[in-house]
Amino acid sequence: MAVMTYGEAAKLAIADAMRADPAVWCVGEDLGRGGVFQQYKGLREEFGADRISDAPISEAAIMGAAFGAAMVGTRPIVEMRFADFALCATDELVNQIAKARFMFGGQSRAPMVIRKPMGLWRSSAAQHSQSLEGWYVHIPGLVVVCPATPQDNYSMMRAAIACDDPVVYLEHKNIWGMEGAVDTGLEVPFGSARQRREGSDLTIVSWSDCANRAEQAAEDLAGSGVEADVIDLRSLWPWDKAAVLASVRRTGRLIVAHESVAVGGFGAEVSATVAEQAGDALKAPVRRIGAPRALVPYAPNLEDKLRVTADMIAEAGRAVCQQEVAE
Amino acid sequence: MKEDNHGRANLDREQGLSMLVMMERIRAFEEQAELAATRDGLVLGAIHLSIGQEAIPAGLMPHLRRDDLLLSTHRGHGHTLAKGADPTAMMKELLGREGGCCGGKGGSMHIADFDVGMLGANGVVGANITIAAGAAHGIKLLGDDRIVVDIFGDGAINRGPFLEGINWAGVFDLPILFICEDNQYSASTRTGDMTSGPGPAERARSLGLRTSEVDGNDVQAVHAVAAEIVSRIRETRRPEFLHARTYRLHGHTYFDPATYRPQGEADRMRETSDPITRQRALLAAAGVRASELDALRHAAQEEMATALANATAAPWPADETVFDDVQDIGSPVREAF
Repeated sequence: MAVMTYGEAAKLAIADAMRADPAVWCVGEDLGRGGVFQQYKGLREEFGADRISDAPISEAAIMGAAFGAAMVGTRPIVEMRFADFALCATDELVNQIAKARFMFGGQSRAPMVIRKPMGLWRSSAAQHSQSLEGWYVHIPGLVVVCPATPQDNYSMMRAAIACDDPVVYLEHKNIWGMEGAVDTGLEVPFGSARQRREGSDLTIVSWSDCANRAEQAAEDLAGSGVEADVIDLRSLWPWDKAAVLASVRRTGRLIVAHESVAVGGFGAEVSATVAEQAGDALKAPVRRIGAPRALVPYAPNLEDKLRVTADMIAEAGRAVCQQEVAE
Repeated sequence: MKEDNHGRANLDREQGLSMLVMMERIRAFEEQAELAATRDGLVLGAIHLSIGQEAIPAGLMPHLRRDDLLLSTHRGHGHTLAKGADPTAMMKELLGREGGCCGGKGGSMHIADFDVGMLGANGVVGANITIAAGAAHGIKLLGDDRIVVDIFGDGAINRGPFLEGINWAGVFDLPILFICEDNQYSASTRTGDMTSGPGPAERARSLGLRTSEVDGNDVQAVHAVAAEIVSRIRETRRPEFLHARTYRLHGHTYFDPATYRPQGEADRMRETSDPITRQRALLAAAGVRASELDALRHAAQEEMATALANATAAPWPADETVFDDVQDIGSPVREAF
């Protein structure tokens, strides 16, 4: 197993898939020079300008044209540069790509990977920092993926490229440089969570970079004698309900932590599902931790007000373990 | 002489008749669909009729191969039929029945028949422009010799995808013909009142495309100009643009009385510029007997009345198909929520 970064892992997955299948190609702004985060660095040299294709700053055309090319039998990987910019291509994704197969009675497929680097990093302000994964889960037709480790960014990118459904692939910008061992033979099916840590006192569900902070929080909690099960969902649609419900049935306590705005976030879906299907097992009220429903600011001290930290998750964990559901 | 350019001097009667037949079939299809909507309540959603605009598909499609690709608009019955789709499957789709070309899931606005290269009508104005450019991009990457034709209306030229999609086709040198089917109305507003500058062809020219303009109600003229453009695109593999002027004789939807139009405008256009009337007159002048022309019309009407009867007799799609073809991974068949 080679050690590589989160960013390199996805690049290797793309290169491996492109070597195996000439129908796979990438399109987006500045890809020829490696992409804005260097996620494509060196691929132009191997695969040429047709398959590592630059594009005008036309997100709607990048998305729409890639869809057209997918309908005729190619397998595009669409680079949106920042998840925020993908909003310029919302009609193409939501009204066209997600619906084409159904509306046309199964005549069409849209095998596409739509890469949308997401999330907070330092001082990028309101239009370069958003985590909108919950929006996409709401759209039937889409698969939604939020990998948090180099291994998952390799294996899930391979799975996304191989998938015949459109996959919204949300990588977290803050962890491009995160290193880890990658087994290129490991397959990760969508809808299977990664158990990051085992514990019997508390279940913490998270995804994307926040899952890394959840794992840190669990280590901190272990120091206080609280053993947490940490479940990294990895894909939000489909999501691993079975793993979450089984864990909550064992621990009786649930925290859902995500970086995106808590209100209407996917944490609400997880919480509601647990309440409906394992509510009888809960020993304490469910806690959701997410960003306040506020906008991402530029100044670092202000930006920190919106961050979900490992400390916040650990603190919530200690509190939840002292609580009991009133009889 | 202008007439020579449009092939009138040496009118090919068989070809002229065959285009008339296609126009009559499109008209008859839409008249039956309108009846099904208004008289019988069998068409449940909105349908957008292209009555008066039949010459564009009828003149264009003879130049396309079955495997060439076509993308269309919410006003796409004529394009779909002319590309070769089966009118019974189309009518079933309009009625939402089993056996409809989209299994009753799309209806009129999402009509599609991939077997004849018709990659779909679209309920969002202008949205097909980037998708069509992408289909041509895919063809180029795959290295095959098909071409793409993308039809949109005059309203679409004021949406972003017009700029983004045409720029894309120019940047990547794609084998695509963009046709602006200009019926002069953006839903219920005159497009000219909402459009700055000289209009579609000038905009496409500014993006570097070779452009042509045609009287879209003259099927012979459409046929002639499309012959040139299509053969050029097959040769050069470069994008071109055609502005075809026409007129929507009916309202935006079948239930729109179109009272916003100046009084008498539609009547005057019906009398002077109905493409079917014009083609009949041309063929009559070339010696085709009125009875022969009438027989063609009756055959088309009979064909489409039968299509409607067959569609009406078809069952609703099976309930369980509602969850089919949403997605394989995370399919609602297994987990709707």
